[in-house]
Amino acid sequence: MSHKLSSGPQPHEADLDRPLYTPIKRRSFFMYAGATAGATALVLAGCSKDDDASGANLIDVGSGDAGILNYAYALEQLEAAFYAKVKTGGYYTGLAPTSAEKQIFDDLAAHEAIHRDFFKAAITATPGATLLQDLTPDFSSINFGDRSSVLNAAQTFEDTGVAAYNGAGRFITNNAYLGLAGKIVSVEARHAALIRDLVSYGTFVNNDVVNVFTQTAGAAPGTGTAMSAQNTSGNGNPGPGQERSKRPPQILSAVNNYLAAGSKLSANSFA
Amino acid sequence: MDFFQLLSELDKADPEFMDRINPRRRVFQYLGNTGKKITAAAVPAVFASFFTKAYGQTGTTLPQPVIDVLNLALGLEYLEYYFYDTALGIPGLIPSAETTPIQTIRNDEAGHIKTIKDVLGTAAIPDPTRAGFDYSGGSGSMAGPLAAALLPTDPNNANGKLFFAAAQSFADTGQRAYKGGAPVLNTASTKDILEAALNIHSVEARHNSHFRTVRRAIAANTLGSATAPAGAPELAPKSWISLRDNNGPTAPDGSKPASAVYGPGADPAAYPAEDNTTRASLNLLTVGGVTYTAAQVSEAFDEPLDPATVKTIARMFTTPAGLASGLFK
Repeated sequence: MSHKLSSGPQPHEADLDRPLYTPIKRRSFFMYAGATAGATALVLAGCSKDDDASGANLIDVGSGDAGILNYAYALEQLEAAFYAKVKTGGYYTGLAPTSAEKQIFDDLAAHEAIHRDFFKAAITATPGATLLQDLTPDFSSINFGDRSSVLNAAQTFEDTGVAAYNGAGRFITNNAYLGLAGKIVSVEARHAALIRDLVSYGTFVNNDVVNVFTQTAGAAPGTGTAMSAQNTSGNGNPGPGQERSKRPPQILSAVNNYLAAGSKLSANSFA
Repeated sequence: MDFFQLLSELDKADPEFMDRINPRRRVFQYLGNTGKKITAAAVPAVFASFFTKAYGQTGTTLPQPVIDVLNLALGLEYLEYYFYDTALGIPGLIPSAETTPIQTIRNDEAGHIKTIKDVLGTAAIPDPTRAGFDYSGGSGSMAGPLAAALLPTDPNNANGKLFFAAAQSFADTGQRAYKGGAPVLNTASTKDILEAALNIHSVEARHNSHFRTVRRAIAANTLGSATAPAGAPELAPKSWISLRDNNGPTAPDGSKPASAVYGPGADPAAYPAEDNTTRASLNLLTVGGVTYTAAQVSEAFDEPLDPATVKTIARMFTTPAGLASGLFK
């Protein structure tokens, strides 16, 4: 894969002078500049079109609120499948019955299975919505016998889930669905923070997932500097102290690494 | 990636941009300032600045319900900020393993304050200062059930036991309040504000998870590690809310000062208690052909809380001076 979740296209020089000094092109530039929030995603989309030959056969999650529900259903399918697999692997089966980690992974497996089953039932009951197919995961990059491999993968899935729900909220029209997403995302954040504290204690809000803010000592609260400059929302650079939310196409470009051919996803309506 | 192909795509997306940006010459000025050549990687940042100019909230009037939700959130952020900031200034209160995490959390709250103040502008409530809060839970008496939470030598607060119990209650109030407010922020013109609120909401949940992890560690005497198993929900809770967590931490006087944090809102149908097991009219104790326990189903979801209930909780921790400054009206 030539692109990762947060990296965007490889930097190379684009000569912006020419269109500006060429009358016809110059006029066009103003028109183009208005693509609002989609600009960043289109940059990524253009990149993917050029260099991702496996882009064929993607399943699109659809549009509207039903599309977002299916997007969430896809992520929950993947998480539930992951924890179900964890529970059959050597790391989990070797845990002491009373250990914290066994307790934690039992809970995570139940929570994510409930999320998956909830979305399946809710989408099925939604008029006009078409349920996304059952997805086939590809966990070949994870060693289920190894603690650190399992914990690192769990961290990736949970952090991705939080960034995904946060970046999808703006596309939801029906507030009942927004409320449901809110009920779930905070639990994903609880999972993510605990897994992070297990992997490396004290990393529950590290700068890779939260735009860390440094308060100036002695100054009024809110005086200080953020780690990253705020950029267009949804591209991983939000305001100070905020989770680094990401839009569905950014999320899926990473999630597809854990889905088998024929189960890889796109979200073309939610750039 | 072909930049001109990108431009062609953008052209289709919004032909009306020229009407929004004024004066158009600023585009030239901007590009002129950045130098003649711009790397492709910088293109998103350039467009982002156009986006802010054309569609930003600055200078527009926010709807009153949006202002109300954000000012309630801002008050809660001040409540949390001054609690952690005060604790960091009391020698011996926070165990050394938690000094850096609490500094980080305090700074996150400062970032949230900046975010909300920037959005609200002149509509923001003023900084209530430390004098606005009574962390004993005594509404200004300074003698409420959690008074020992900021006393380093009180036997009820060994290793910050009561401090972390209070912190958990504040952060859970915050996450439930943001959840309750989010739908109000979901208007066509305030989607960026909604996304910022969601991005704060999940950080509050991360903080809450950590506080609960610390409480397990204190109970097991394994500070600085996340490997202590959960025990009684009011003392050594899971990192997620299980049923109602036995109504939250127990104060030294035997009371349950945070019971409302885990209970229902004013309208229990819209704002159920944390032990709710029904969502979208679906009973989740049996779903997808599988039976789950009530504890599992309750843990898998957090619940929103309405503004009136949130304010009732928050006023326990507010002084008359804080109320006079505009907190939790």
